[in-house]
Amino acid sequence: MKNRIIRIIISAVLFAVAIFLPEDPWQAELICFLAAYIVVGYKVIWKAIRGIFRGQMLDENFLMAVASIGAFFVGEYPEAVAVMLFYQVGETFEDYAVGKSRRSITELMNIRPDSANLKTEDGIREVDPSEVNPGDLIVIMPGEKVPLDGRVVEGMSSLDTAALTGESLPREIRTGDEILSGCVNMSGVLTVEVTKHFGESTVSKILDLVENSASKKSRAESFISRFAAVYTPIVVGAAVLLAVVPPLVIAGSLWSDWIYRALNFLVVSCPCALVISVPLSFFGGIGGASKAGVLIKGSNYLEAVSKIEYVVMDKTGTLTEGVFHVEKILAEGDFEEGQLLEYAAMAESYSNHPISQSLKSAYGKEIEIEQVTDVSEVAGKGVIAVVKGHKVAVGNSKLMTEETDYKGAFEEYKSGTQVFVAIDGIYGGLILLADKIKDDACRAISKLKAAGIKTVMLTGDSKEVGEKVASELGIDKVYAELLPADKVQIVEQLLENKSKKGSLAFVGDGINDAPVLARADVGIAMGGLGSDAAIEAADMVIMNDQPSKISQIISISKKTMVIVKENIAFALGVKILVLALSALGLVGLWAAVFADVGVSMLAIINALRCLKIKNKLS
Amino acid sequence: MKKIYLLDGLCCANCAAKIERGVADIDGVSTASVNFLTTKLIFEAEDEKIDDIVKKAKKVVKKIEPDVYIKEL
Repeated sequence: MKNRIIRIIISAVLFAVAIFLPEDPWQAELICFLAAYIVVGYKVIWKAIRGIFRGQMLDENFLMAVASIGAFFVGEYPEAVAVMLFYQVGETFEDYAVGKSRRSITELMNIRPDSANLKTEDGIREVDPSEVNPGDLIVIMPGEKVPLDGRVVEGMSSLDTAALTGESLPREIRTGDEILSGCVNMSGVLTVEVTKHFGESTVSKILDLVENSASKKSRAESFISRFAAVYTPIVVGAAVLLAVVPPLVIAGSLWSDWIYRALNFLVVSCPCALVISVPLSFFGGIGGASKAGVLIKGSNYLEAVSKIEYVVMDKTGTLTEGVFHVEKILAEGDFEEGQLLEYAAMAESYSNHPISQSLKSAYGKEIEIEQVTDVSEVAGKGVIAVVKGHKVAVGNSKLMTEETDYKGAFEEYKSGTQVFVAIDGIYGGLILLADKIKDDACRAISKLKAAGIKTVMLTGDSKEVGEKVASELGIDKVYAELLPADKVQIVEQLLENKSKKGSLAFVGDGINDAPVLARADVGIAMGGLGSDAAIEAADMVIMNDQPSKISQIISISKKTMVIVKENIAFALGVKILVLALSALGLVGLWAAVFADVGVSMLAIINALRCLKIKNKLS
Repeated sequence: MKKIYLLDGLCCANCAAKIERGVADIDGVSTASVNFLTTKLIFEAEDEKIDDIVKKAKKVVKKIEPDVYIKEL
């Protein structure tokens, strides 16, 4: 590239000299022009000649060589040199722009770890991540990338997950936590037991996904590649006709004049501006989305998202956290609320059920297990245990009727799950547990509605719970008490309702959702980190758990589509305009060179805007 | 069978598109794509004829872009 710049400068100087030389003697002027031409263009001509022998007649080099040599023959020396000179200037800029976008994309994919510190009996050895097996121990120093997925067995630290989730807040981790490859260890030394091979690790999956996204082409890209295949032959054919027919038909017309016009056609006949800028825009959009923590499997999906009419969402795990929280405690008689929670948490301390977990976390204190004895589970009803010498029963109303002589009616809260507690045979009250709506779910829905998108929620939960969540969030329609098969049916119904051009997205957490994810136009999996099934089945994966990413991805896709359309319209428009004006003899080769390289450059610069994503949501 | 090649020195987008079409047209190739940004050629082809197909694919690349260096990944 440096070489080329030097040649361009030398040629430009010679070119200037040639222009200022007096016309007499004409030989000196011609030699100067020729020198300028050869310095800048000899490579192009050489490539063109080699191309002819390979049967590649219509490549860019050939077209430029013919156009400039033709200009010499019709006596337009300055323009002959200018075509080559500006073509080379344009190519230099184009290479620079392509190099820049390649770099920014590699930077984006710079999450690939170079090595792993394998812990062996003879100390720590640096190895290639692909040589590490599940079960091996690796050590991750501060500042290093996590090379493989695993579980922390020693140490604590904070992790920078921005490369995976777009989340700028570091995540605190300690012994026992799962960590994902691609994160950066920020503070402490970690010893990690590897759980997956490198090829199965999150980082490999993400890289594969982004790199292979070029194979699933959008309609805009297929259109461009079909168009490019016919565009050049047609324009070149038109050039030949333009050079030959009018001089024969129109009386008194000059051959040189029409040949000159035809040369313009040759210069404009390269479809490069389109061929490069459209895929580049999509790649930029996909890259920008992954920077924001959303992985997209192909540009066709990015295109489909821009036309979304319906967003169908699963409730649990998508709009809600999928974890129960204590919403209310109602103590009866002499009992106190804190006391109820303490006894319930202790009695349930042996269970791993989500409800027991949430009771324990609501209690918040360390449970001394010596104080809990004689634990017995009553199938389908609850648990009975002796806590601090008191017999405690925790479970549903049936258990209460059995264990107490409480005759009153049990309160019914339909907005969540109720856990009743009895102590020493006396009914103590109830604890109401409910799934919590995600912090940004409300904003996510209101943004979708503001964009004119219909929102639908599906849930297997009771009607009351479903409707409560839906009304809190302002969701348009809710279907409750569904089995997994019903979800597919409803999505199919909605697919028929939408307009032909619009698309439907389904958002789920990937558990039991695979058929629906596959059936929707765009299947979006939530919290894809670590869930293989979700990454397989979905077309897009939201890496963190934020539903607000849905609207962000829609705006990224809309922006990308606008840029794609701008580029197509601009490139085609300029080319057609220059072709028309050249045919009429109104513009010269200067305009043609602009329509070729100038337009390419501008289109690339425009396409690079797709990479820039405002990350205001996270 | 899926094959991935790095096309080192690929610098013209239109050529990338031509290579993609050329490789896709080879008998036995089901899908082919050239990613101009990562300069990778990825294609899927029948297992039995794979050697022959790889040869043909390399020929296509050399015909369109003689200065490209092809490296299997």
